[in-house]
Amino acid sequence: MDNQKLIVTAAPHITSADSTQKIMQRVCLALVPTLIASVIIFGINALVLVAVTVISCVFFEWAYCKLMHREVPIGDFSAVVTGMLLAFNMPATLPWWMAIVGAFIAIVVVKQLFGGLGYNFANPAIVGRIAMAMGFAGAMSNYPHPVSEIDAFSTATPLAVAGEVGSDSYLTLLLGVHGGVLGETCAITLLIGGIFLIATKVISPTIPVTYLATVAVLSLVAGQDPIYQLLSGGLLLGAFFMATDYVTSPTTTKGKLIFGLGLGIITCAIRFLGTMAEGVSFSILLMNLTVPYIEVLTRQDRLGIAKVKKNKEGAGK
Amino acid sequence: MSKFLKRSAQGAGVPHEKRTAGLETVAMPLPSKIVLSMNQHIGAPASPVVAKGDQVYVGTVVGKAGGFVSADIHSGVSGTVSEISTMVGSNGATQTTVVITPDGEQKVDPSIAPPEVTDFKSFVDAIRSSGLVGLGGAGFPTAVKLSPKNLDEIDTLLINGAECEPYITSDHRCMLEDTHFILSGIKAVMKYLNIPKCIIGVEGNKPDAIAKLQSAIDVAGIEVKTLPCRYPQGAEKVLIENCTGREVPFPGLPSDVGVIVMNVTSTAFVGKYLETGMPLTTKRLTVDGDIVKEPKNVEVIIGTPIQELLDFCGGLTAQPGKVLYGGPMMGTCVASLDQPILKNNNAVLAFSEKWAHLPKKTNCIHCGRCVNACPLGLAAKDIVKAYEKGDVDQLKELNADLCMSCGTCSFVCPAKRPLAPSIALAKIMMKNGGKK
Repeated sequence: MDNQKLIVTAAPHITSADSTQKIMQRVCLALVPTLIASVIIFGINALVLVAVTVISCVFFEWAYCKLMHREVPIGDFSAVVTGMLLAFNMPATLPWWMAIVGAFIAIVVVKQLFGGLGYNFANPAIVGRIAMAMGFAGAMSNYPHPVSEIDAFSTATPLAVAGEVGSDSYLTLLLGVHGGVLGETCAITLLIGGIFLIATKVISPTIPVTYLATVAVLSLVAGQDPIYQLLSGGLLLGAFFMATDYVTSPTTTKGKLIFGLGLGIITCAIRFLGTMAEGVSFSILLMNLTVPYIEVLTRQDRLGIAKVKKNKEGAGK
Repeated sequence: MSKFLKRSAQGAGVPHEKRTAGLETVAMPLPSKIVLSMNQHIGAPASPVVAKGDQVYVGTVVGKAGGFVSADIHSGVSGTVSEISTMVGSNGATQTTVVITPDGEQKVDPSIAPPEVTDFKSFVDAIRSSGLVGLGGAGFPTAVKLSPKNLDEIDTLLINGAECEPYITSDHRCMLEDTHFILSGIKAVMKYLNIPKCIIGVEGNKPDAIAKLQSAIDVAGIEVKTLPCRYPQGAEKVLIENCTGREVPFPGLPSDVGVIVMNVTSTAFVGKYLETGMPLTTKRLTVDGDIVKEPKNVEVIIGTPIQELLDFCGGLTAQPGKVLYGGPMMGTCVASLDQPILKNNNAVLAFSEKWAHLPKKTNCIHCGRCVNACPLGLAAKDIVKAYEKGDVDQLKELNADLCMSCGTCSFVCPAKRPLAPSIALAKIMMKNGGKK
């Protein structure tokens, strides 16, 4: 035993069972009900498009890292999450090659060029969606009929026609049997996924709740139907899955409240004052850019550090 | 809600591996030698007052306190001093040791008698000569702790029975087995320091200890508070905030908010010492870990080599990978099984190499778990970033020096980043003004 070598490291000597990979896998799992719903609503094409996008995202991540001689991180499932979210932002009729271009923008341009997971300044799926909405405006807004739908809109999402013709009933919105992109139509499955993420502590409810509440209140103020505003467009998908992306959202409760509030205000401004139906994507992108500032301004009070002292120090600078 | 906005301080849900909680303490027979480090406390090391060949008895002073913040070291055996030498301790520093070979008779030093305590001064003097240091792990000399400058402002005595580290159950066993000593210790401290109120904080996962303490309380002013089972509940500042609602200023001491905090085992020792006069020579330890054959709570003589203690617990079932003084969250690794038990040890944990293996670190994903878990409200991920950049101003801005190295941030990190060790290095960088 004299020559026994013992490992000497700094404490702590244990870590929690959670890991980045498990968190990402849970997000994927939370997206599965919506995927199933989209296949039921839009047909098998939806599944194929999701598969193509996910595979391209993972491929680009793998290829870029191989090319750059970096460690290949595809085991962490983050590319799968990006792929699923990106595909959920596409209409089921989108040509495959466009989806592949979107995946390239999301993974290579937005994520890997900035240093990979944890270093991207904005949500890759959101930037991918916006780039595609700009570049492929026609194809990206060619919203298909739900396959089993009788009186569907042919080319517009409910939001775009809200106020023009009689709007969809709440039930239609909840079930998602209306025109729109793959993953944003079925409110019920998005809520199930969101609640699953909150229950499994992947996300804190602060951002989605603040975001949705702000939209509801502002809708009331603007004289719009708040429930209709909450259930339509990409709001639920954005609030639960995209705005809560760790890398591009604040970490403190205070920061999350401000982030959610900002998201709600920008979304409503675009929806009610602008002409586009891209309110959620742009609000998330814009708020992503403010995150570093929100982080600095919303630090937690540290135990025993007197506020007075902090103010004095601040004044001296 | 306002508290929630201020600082979420969620702590960590560390595993409740307390399988020795039901095991009554057993006394370990005499070891073949005891190695007494002169540096078993915070403050100046003690200096040996014996020479090679000297005869010592149980309770004989072998090391005299080296200053005000220091503590005496006593022999736990009767026998002969076989060597005065040095060893490298688990903190990497070289320390003087007194090695004693027991004669097996365990003759008690003739000077040992219950101390005569009549007032504050004689009480603190008695505690000083008992060699007591904070037995919860910090090892701060208790006599110093009990003589704060603002003694008349102290209104609460807080007894720490949280024991939030996984595996360790020695405080738990102390609360069950030495309940009356804890109570007599509390009463003595309250009496001589004139403190009107005492709160015993215990984590809710020890209902038997809470019930036992509650039924033992026979005077007004002492209450037991059940604490949530969130690590690090037993951290001094966290405990004070949870029990009294007061925030200890930084830099500052608990006495600044009128509180003195003592560990339950230290308190029980005070009670026992006032009755017997036997200085601190033994310690109750939890011996556990995945390769320990018979996990036990052991009453062991201070200075016993770890190897002999492990042998007493049936030995190890496999080659040890990591052996710890203390728990898996804050414990320190020992480099050799020849290292002796120290006063402030409350556990010896031995683990296999497989257990010791920590997962590989990956990129920070800014999930904010470290931020929301930190009991002190620090932003671990930002502190580490500032440290990597060598930005001392930013470290000051983030109050990196407030960190108490509880390890919660590292524990909760899903990317398995060693945040706590990095922050410890950041603190050194702050002290050195920017050098790593």
